[in-house]
Amino acid sequence: MLKVSNLHAYYDNVHALKGIDLEVRAGEIVSLIGSNGAGKSTTLLAIAGLLSPSEGKVTFDGEDITKLPAHGLVKKGLSLTLEGREVFEALTVEENLMLGAYTKQDKKAIAASFERVYGLFPRLKERVKQQAGTLSGGEQQMLAMGRALMSEPKLLLLDEPSLGLAPNLVEQMFDLIVDINKQGTTVLLIEQNANMALAISDRAYVMETGKVALSGNAKELMDDSRVKKAYLGHP
Amino acid sequence: MFIQQLVNGLALGMVYALIAVGFSLVFGILRLVNFSHAAIFAFGAHVALFFIGLEVGPIPAILISMVLTGGVGILIDKVALAPLRKKKSIPIAGLITTIGVSYILQNILTIVFGSGRVHFPAIIPPGGFDFLGTRITSMQILMFGVSLTLMLLLTYLVNHTKMGLAMRAMQQNPKAARLMGINVNSVIMFTFFLAGATASIAGGLISGFYQMAYPAMGVSFGPKVFSATVLGGIGSMPGAFVGGILIGVIEVMAAMFLGSAYRDGAAFVVLILVLILRPQGLFGRKLALKV
Ligand SMILES: Nc1ncnc2c1ncn2[C@@H]1O[C@H](COP(=O)(O)OP(=O)(O)O)[C@@H](O)[C@H]1O
Ligand SMILES: [Mg+2]
Repeated sequence: MLKVSNLHAYYDNVHALKGIDLEVRAGEIVSLIGSNGAGKSTTLLAIAGLLSPSEGKVTFDGEDITKLPAHGLVKKGLSLTLEGREVFEALTVEENLMLGAYTKQDKKAIAASFERVYGLFPRLKERVKQQAGTLSGGEQQMLAMGRALMSEPKLLLLDEPSLGLAPNLVEQMFDLIVDINKQGTTVLLIEQNANMALAISDRAYVMETGKVALSGNAKELMDDSRVKKAYLGHP
Repeated sequence: MFIQQLVNGLALGMVYALIAVGFSLVFGILRLVNFSHAAIFAFGAHVALFFIGLEVGPIPAILISMVLTGGVGILIDKVALAPLRKKKSIPIAGLITTIGVSYILQNILTIVFGSGRVHFPAIIPPGGFDFLGTRITSMQILMFGVSLTLMLLLTYLVNHTKMGLAMRAMQQNPKAARLMGINVNSVIMFTFFLAGATASIAGGLISGFYQMAYPAMGVSFGPKVFSATVLGGIGSMPGAFVGGILIGVIEVMAAMFLGSAYRDGAAFVVLILVLILRPQGLFGRKLALKV
């Protein structure tokens, strides 16, 4: 579904991505893990066209989207949440969700998406008229995910959805990701919380300083001694 | 006498508010202080004057100018400002560019129309009515009515249409807005068109009111309008509205009760006082600048 090959990207002189190869197949949950600064977010930005890659190729459903401007992604069926949520703070929850369906015309389909999102996140429904900036961190994260789902994407890319959440909420968040996947949405999950991410994923990629260091079946990676030592917090 | 000056101030202030809204909209979307907005206002007045010369009638001339000046707004952005954004230049580069564009526009007007004041015909036949000893002219009613109507239309557009939602999204978070599928360039073009078109209408109204136009009229009116915007709170529509009215009324009152020498200074004293007490302006939110 999504295929990234030999992706390179720079911040001015910083060579942040040094040839990333990864693939996400329809129906999967794939996670991209690695320590802070490894280049996970940068990979997402480069896929999205918010940062132009200097080299490499991104294809989605067989179509080359490397040079596609960021606003063209949603229509292709690709939707994402950025690290730090990036909700529209002075707009209401409802307006934020409306914007998620910006490229949709069909009123009935939009209404159905609202229902789906409110079903997944009942908290948002209670707060429709509230300004997004006044929501708690966890609620803002739900809003960012709900907003990304409003376009009914084929592939959802999530950058650290568990960041800054209370431990009980983190677990809820991962359960929700599984639910979303079961509803038919493919997921690429970026996480520092490697334990939880691997537990719900089919496959995973481990990034280190701008490169993919390891990749494979998530269950196998969980048992890999190098992964255990570096990311799972036990030897 | 007080009521009479209030009426004069309201008519004038309402037009200031209309110019302020366009200035504020562009700032909201791009965080750009577009100093060329006042020159665009002068440009609009002269384009209207040109078409009045072709005997199409004052009101059609102003409407033609509205479309053309809106287009000039887009052109300025495409030629001078968009390349700076693309190269992610520092904010001051954009600001200085808009000052440069002001002079270029004023220069073009001087070449075509001469530097002096030229007669601008009355837009509507003279008339009006007396109400409790206060004279309200038909031109004042027109200025107030047209500006208010346009402001209400703009407010509706920004708050209740899909394009307006896209504009507000961009105002808050351009990066996230793009991910929603919003074509940032279209929104920017649309905003520059709106700003140019409304400034041009204001140019026609002001010129019709004073029955003259001159290339440097942007320099005369610009500071007042920029102050009105900041006084009300930049980026805020109600702010532009209240700021414009306040500046208009203060200007007229100061001229009447303190003497005409105080006309241009008084509004700025109020501006400075308000900003000391409330730096974000009367209706402004504290902006977290995301660059
Ligand atoms: N805006 C930026 N400007 C310069 N360097 C950056 C910027 N954002 C990230 N980097 C650098 O790029 C590298 C990868 O960062 P990032 O992709 O955010 O890592 P991760 O998401 O894995 O924590 C880091 O070394 C980081 O310091
Ligand atoms: Mg990151």
